[in-house]
Amino acid sequence: MKLRLSEEDAAFREEMRTFFTTQVPQSIRDTVAARRELTKDQIVETQQILNAAGLAVPNWPVEWGGKDWTPLQRHIWHEEMQLASVPAPLAFNASMVGPVIAAFGSQEVKERFLPATANLDIWWSQGFSEPDAGSDLASLRTVARREGDEYVVNGQKTWTTLGQYGDWIFTLVRTDPDAPKKQQGISFLLIDMTSPGLTVRPIELIDGGHEVNEVFFEDVRVPAENLVGEENRGWDYAKFLLGNERVGVAPVGSTKRWLAAAKELAGDRIAGDPVLATRVAGLENELLALELTALRVVAHSADGKPHPASSVLKLRGTELQQAVTELYVDLAGPLSLASGAGDGSGVPDWARVSTPQYLNFRKASIYGGSNEVQRQIIAKTILGL
Amino acid sequence: MDFTLDSEQTALRDAVRGLLSKSYDSTETRREITKTDPGFSEKTWTQLAELGALGLPFAEEDGGFGAGPVEVSIVAEEIGRVLAPEPYLETILAGGLVADLGSAEQRADVIGRVAEGALVLSLAHHDIGDAVVATASGDTWTLSGVKEPVLHGARADLLVVTARTDAGVGVFLVDPSADGVERTGYRTHDGGRAARVAFDGAAATPLGDPTADASDAVALAKARGQIALGHEAVGAMDVALRTTTEYLKTRKQFGVPLNTFQALTFRAADLYVSAELARSTVTWATLVLQDEPERAVEAASRAKMQVSRAGRHIGQEAIQLHGGIGMTAEYSVGHYTSRLTAIDHTLGDGSEHLARLASTVTDHGVVDPIG
Repeated sequence: MKLRLSEEDAAFREEMRTFFTTQVPQSIRDTVAARRELTKDQIVETQQILNAAGLAVPNWPVEWGGKDWTPLQRHIWHEEMQLASVPAPLAFNASMVGPVIAAFGSQEVKERFLPATANLDIWWSQGFSEPDAGSDLASLRTVARREGDEYVVNGQKTWTTLGQYGDWIFTLVRTDPDAPKKQQGISFLLIDMTSPGLTVRPIELIDGGHEVNEVFFEDVRVPAENLVGEENRGWDYAKFLLGNERVGVAPVGSTKRWLAAAKELAGDRIAGDPVLATRVAGLENELLALELTALRVVAHSADGKPHPASSVLKLRGTELQQAVTELYVDLAGPLSLASGAGDGSGVPDWARVSTPQYLNFRKASIYGGSNEVQRQIIAKTILGL
Repeated sequence: MDFTLDSEQTALRDAVRGLLSKSYDSTETRREITKTDPGFSEKTWTQLAELGALGLPFAEEDGGFGAGPVEVSIVAEEIGRVLAPEPYLETILAGGLVADLGSAEQRADVIGRVAEGALVLSLAHHDIGDAVVATASGDTWTLSGVKEPVLHGARADLLVVTARTDAGVGVFLVDPSADGVERTGYRTHDGGRAARVAFDGAAATPLGDPTADASDAVALAKARGQIALGHEAVGAMDVALRTTTEYLKTRKQFGVPLNTFQALTFRAADLYVSAELARSTVTWATLVLQDEPERAVEAASRAKMQVSRAGRHIGQEAIQLHGGIGMTAEYSVGHYTSRLTAIDHTLGDGSEHLARLASTVTDHGVVDPIG
């Protein structure tokens, strides 16, 4: 056993740190550091800078722009990106649809979509959840009926994050309503969001922001060649995708950065307030424990099998993320009420955004497999209950 | 970075596990052994020595086996798995101070015998009331004051005692049979042994240089002890969690096994989270001790605090999820909770370590575990 990074990994970390802190525009990193909303252009610009350097999709197969990195190197890449306040490559592209197309798509589909997906020339949206199919995803009802060379899609998706920016949407659709099990008869279909019959409607959330959408399909005609893999095998691809999604959902780096920033904002208050000091120290320790668990997981997942503790990362990672947003609201105190204040306000930015962000991050324990689903996974697959 | 055991370390773990699972094959066996003094099995102690476990932390030239913190942690974790009551922690604490501070003669005299299992040491460091004071008269030193609780203090063949000197803190060797030493032993709630040790002008031999402040050496020795205790706790938590999980699968209520109730399985899942986070932090602290001992005191604090939280969580829930059977002395799980509680309050509990970490929380931006 040893603690230190190997010389090679330490050099790799330095290389990542230098790249992220010098090649991504300061204005974009400042936006992230101040916890303000990024524009679509800022996200696209960052991903294109990363992609030009071969750093946007390291988890993909090498022939499609991936890197033959170890799990630890991938972890370092991700952590350094967060610590440098660099927006991560769009998850829908880089972690979700890209790997699925690379693993299961035909050669034509790969060539058509993968380079554009890596470079964020196509902004992907995710069309999985439906009003009656959230954690119970297999209950989805959106139907794709085959007519000649086309599928005709009818139904509704919801919680489509940043769908207002989407160029294309990857969906799970029911292609065989008579399949004996509900997991069978589902296909993975790529749909151009400019198709006639497709509409996107914003959902306003409790933080006042517009981050998620409903997507409606009314007789949307989709070329059959947009099917990924085989018809009725979509559930397998979705499981593959969701497995990838869980990797990196414990944003230790960014939560650490937030907590460090909170200490700076609090300034002398921490030294004079033992309750606050122990709260911060307690959070630091929990984050340390989580980071070390993440390191154990990456250091031991070299053989391709997921480490059993990886479910801990999503569960605890989002809890701590939420705890830090809560700390900000409490630090702001009465100033946290000023979320609607304009530029003439004397309330600092961080305090004004604290409550909307606290409310917004209630989502973290719901998305990506709710934390109840994570507990179920731990109980069933790890503890055998 | 590497968190796996090498083949020698795996062999050590298997050997210690094999020995201890025979010595403590059931709750009943352990209860029998802890009922009568000295509260542990002298035979098992000798067998641990024969296996080399007691000499692991010490240099070969002193009579030890020159292993490191990882090996010590492996033994500690196995001790925790069966709640072995042998005074292994005392060997790390008191033996470590002899190794760090002692002269060549002192090391040669003490360490070899400790490694052979021929000498049980105890560290008397906890003052109850005024600190024990060391007084010099020429080259002769005497101690006065009371230490309590001194773990395994009544059985110890040699006491290592911290005392106040003009220089700060000094560490002394005391023969417990000498005049002016009075020991009153008793049982602790976890089946262990402790003692009140009163010194009244008792003859003491300085360990190393009595005119230097030994605070740093004592802090490092305690850090080593905290980390080893952390591993003991991790071993105990692992077994407590597994015992609870098995119970949930087999115990029927309302005609169905308990694991059909989601409220219970979710709580078990949370116990797993606590156990894994504690394991990660304690393992890290062991590696800090191995690679960067100058950071070990802080790392040990962080580990001990995580262990405190996890130990309380797992201990309390293990009993609750068992229901009434968890309260009985015949059943194992309550003993695990008792031991985890004792570990929490040995060498600084969660609150104490949190307070220490809180006092330095503004000294850094982010905590970087790999430097």
